[in-house]
Amino acid sequence: MLKLKAFILIGCSAGMILQGCTKLVPRAPDSGEVIAEPIEGLNNAQMAAHLVGDERFAHVYSPEEGLGPVFIQTSCEGCHVGDGKGHFSSVVERFGMWENGVFNYLDSLGGPQLQGKAVLNYLAESIPDAGTVVSRRVPPIITGLGFLSAVHDTTLLNLAAKQTAQGNGVSGRVNYVMPQSAFILESHHVDSSGYYIGRFGKKATKATVKEQIVFALKEDMGITSDFDMFDPFNIEVGYNTGDDVPDPELAGNQVNDLVFYLRTLKAPTRRMEDDENVMAGEELFKQVGCAECHISTLKTGYSEIEALSEKEFHPYTDLLIHYMPLLGDGYPEGSASGDEWRTAPLWGLGLAADSQGGIAYYLHDGRATTINQVVNLHLGGEADNAASSYKALTDAEKDQVIAFLNSL
Amino acid sequence: MNLKKSLSFLTSAFLLVTAINVNAQSDTDAKKDTSRLELVNQDAIYNRPFIKMDKLRTAVGGYMEANTNYFAEDGVSEGFSMELRRFNIFLYSTIHERIKFLSELEFEHGTEEIALETALLDIEINSAFIFRAGILLPQIGLVNANHDSPKWDFVDRPLSSTTLIPSTLSEVGFGFHGKLYPSAVVVSYDAYVTNGLQASIVNNSEGRTFVPGGKNEEMFGEDNNGVPMFNAKVSVANRKVGEYGISYYGGAYNTFRVEGEVVDATRNVHIVAFDWTFKIKKIGIKGEYVMVKVDVPEELLDLYGTTQHGGFIEINQQVFDKKIMDFEHAKLLLNVRGEIIDYNVGDFSTPSNTLSTVDIDKGDNIASIMAGVSLRLTSDAVLKFNYRFQKTTDLFRNPAANLGGFQFGIATYF
Ligand code: HEC
Ligand code: HEC
Repeated sequence: MLKLKAFILIGCSAGMILQGCTKLVPRAPDSGEVIAEPIEGLNNAQMAAHLVGDERFAHVYSPEEGLGPVFIQTSCEGCHVGDGKGHFSSVVERFGMWENGVFNYLDSLGGPQLQGKAVLNYLAESIPDAGTVVSRRVPPIITGLGFLSAVHDTTLLNLAAKQTAQGNGVSGRVNYVMPQSAFILESHHVDSSGYYIGRFGKKATKATVKEQIVFALKEDMGITSDFDMFDPFNIEVGYNTGDDVPDPELAGNQVNDLVFYLRTLKAPTRRMEDDENVMAGEELFKQVGCAECHISTLKTGYSEIEALSEKEFHPYTDLLIHYMPLLGDGYPEGSASGDEWRTAPLWGLGLAADSQGGIAYYLHDGRATTINQVVNLHLGGEADNAASSYKALTDAEKDQVIAFLNSL
Repeated sequence: MNLKKSLSFLTSAFLLVTAINVNAQSDTDAKKDTSRLELVNQDAIYNRPFIKMDKLRTAVGGYMEANTNYFAEDGVSEGFSMELRRFNIFLYSTIHERIKFLSELEFEHGTEEIALETALLDIEINSAFIFRAGILLPQIGLVNANHDSPKWDFVDRPLSSTTLIPSTLSEVGFGFHGKLYPSAVVVSYDAYVTNGLQASIVNNSEGRTFVPGGKNEEMFGEDNNGVPMFNAKVSVANRKVGEYGISYYGGAYNTFRVEGEVVDATRNVHIVAFDWTFKIKKIGIKGEYVMVKVDVPEELLDLYGTTQHGGFIEINQQVFDKKIMDFEHAKLLLNVRGEIIDYNVGDFSTPSNTLSTVDIDKGDNIASIMAGVSLRLTSDAVLKFNYRFQKTTDLFRNPAANLGGFQFGIATYF
């Protein structure tokens, strides 16, 4: 009798423990604290596709799968940590040289990008002596790209025209680039004699997310795909050496999985939106002219993904390139000169430190760790007025602007 | 994680428990019969229920383990799942009173992975000198040669034994082992040469230095560089004070030579482990501390650490030993296990653009605590229930990911 009771008791408590399981395991952090979430309004099939892409994004490549022979990182996630900004140790370096007024990307010497790591039994690349111009870039946040992709080219052209017409020093322009093999013409693209408007990359050199991904696969990880069948190499070993894995190492549909994943990542959720300082900071941000380039609201055109179609969103960028002389690196891309950079989207800025190892590294190469340093480096070019006005603010007002930026 | 801090944590914890232990034992007669003491490690492969040293020439046995998992990391859960972890069959023969043959065939996750884990021959010259050859389990740390699930009270093996020491590591090799009996203790030793782990210790699908990545099916056929690895262990044991071991495994892991031509620098892996097992009254305390050193090309250092270390301490407290139904000696144990591992000790090498003027410590570490109960209906069959909470910090030391969850498992010899 006693035993029976004991068993019933054990049975009941086991049941209760299992019931409690869901409560005793770690909770999800607030949605505002994470970047890696899908956009709202996806149907089940879209969610399934998103998750397939998510896995591919986190996948760590081994040499047996085609990593290298030279590479910088072993996964997308390794650089774009949690889809956020990357760590300084993941910095990428591109090199080239000026030759009779024409920029040479030194493809034949292993350009355009340095792969400073190599698989065992191969040789890591170093920048050749001829590579006198070097551009260093820290991995950017990569959320909300579905929204940015779906903005119509005419929206960007109109923005550029409006800025120039205002005559206050801000005069962004679009970067016309040659479409790459992965380019697919969509309804939001406007053709300009075979060139298209670039919007991805720190100088806006890729017209589509897919072109950016194909480039990243090859130049960051040494993974070939249907859209680029050649592995990077070290010229000190020889062209096309060191990788015995049949090409393409990634099939076209697997590249598409990545594209879908990035297109369906949400725009970062704001935190502390209703805080007084944050609201005051937002006003000041507009007043001093930061919002001329870091435009708060854009609208998408048509997208076949309903959750992205005709939607307003808040990236704090105009996707245009601007003259920023203190940040110049002398490295031109597309029609962007060495002194021009695409306005960095500011969404998710407050979460930068959470993916960069506890310290936020701002600007294309991560050279600034405070907003005040960032603004100092905005002086001298198109952002000169805004930066000067910011510098004239009281310390308390600057703190409000910073509080606003951290709420993004 | 800071190497010094965790080192001193583990050593002080270790010293503390040893001190208590030695104190408790000081007045007892440690000289009691040590010659028939079953060693936790060296004797483990023969200390299995199906092997009863009777007249039988060949014996068959095995064990199986199955369990349920319910885990969530930062609120994301795969839900509830069940797995048949292992089903292992042993075959044992006494060919002669001095010649034994033992083999173990392992089925992991049903028939997903089938491996000949052991197939070895022991030829005894005398008890201090036994020749062993075949597919053997290198003696490294506490678990590799003593991994049968029915002997353990948690569902999962310790992280130091599976991610630093690549248990279960079984290899083709040969060597000697034996026991010596100076005064009140048994000293056992093992020394083997094996083909050894291979190049994917770095450059693997983990994206970090990962010794288990060096396991490779080709290990059983041919060495990748023509230089064997070496494994040795020395343990000291006594019925009263317990068993303490120090072990080493290492050698060249990369393919530095192909068809006699040098194609790379020679790169070595070294693993050193300390392990301990002892009892204070009804409380069993065991654990291991493992250090790994791997030669990694300079430019890979940020990603693939050259130094890893970590360990675990497990406490098993017996609550009762009594008759339940038909089980004469049913035992209930309360169990706790704490673990710390750092997979990449050291600072980031100064980045080429010197963004950071101070040295920045690399992360890539895990801390875990488990608590649970186990019911041993007989010494051969055990029911286990445990909770795990684990904090994983990435290489860049971003906010840690929290994993938590429950496991229920059964393991039994047959
Ligand atoms: C070695 C680090 C590294 C790896 C690995 C990496 N990226 Fe990037 N990523 C960068 C950097 C740096 C940029 C900025 C590039 C530029 O300015 O042209 C970038 C830019 C991007 C962008 C454009 C974002 C924007 O807003 O302009 C996308 C999309 C992207 N990466 C996706 C990926 C995907 C998908 C992978 C995996 C296939 C990947 N990246 C792997 C470093 C990396
Ligand atoms: C003329 C256009 C322009 C104006 C006006 C402007 N910015 Fe920028 N901003 C940029 C560009 C272009 C970049 C990217 C620079 C780079 O990548 O190095 C940038 C980058 C930034 C960044 C770094 C983002 C990151 O992810 O690292 C911050 C923060 C920022 N701006 C804040 C401000 C503030 C505050 C103001 C007002 C004082 C301001 N900006 C005004 C064009 C502008």
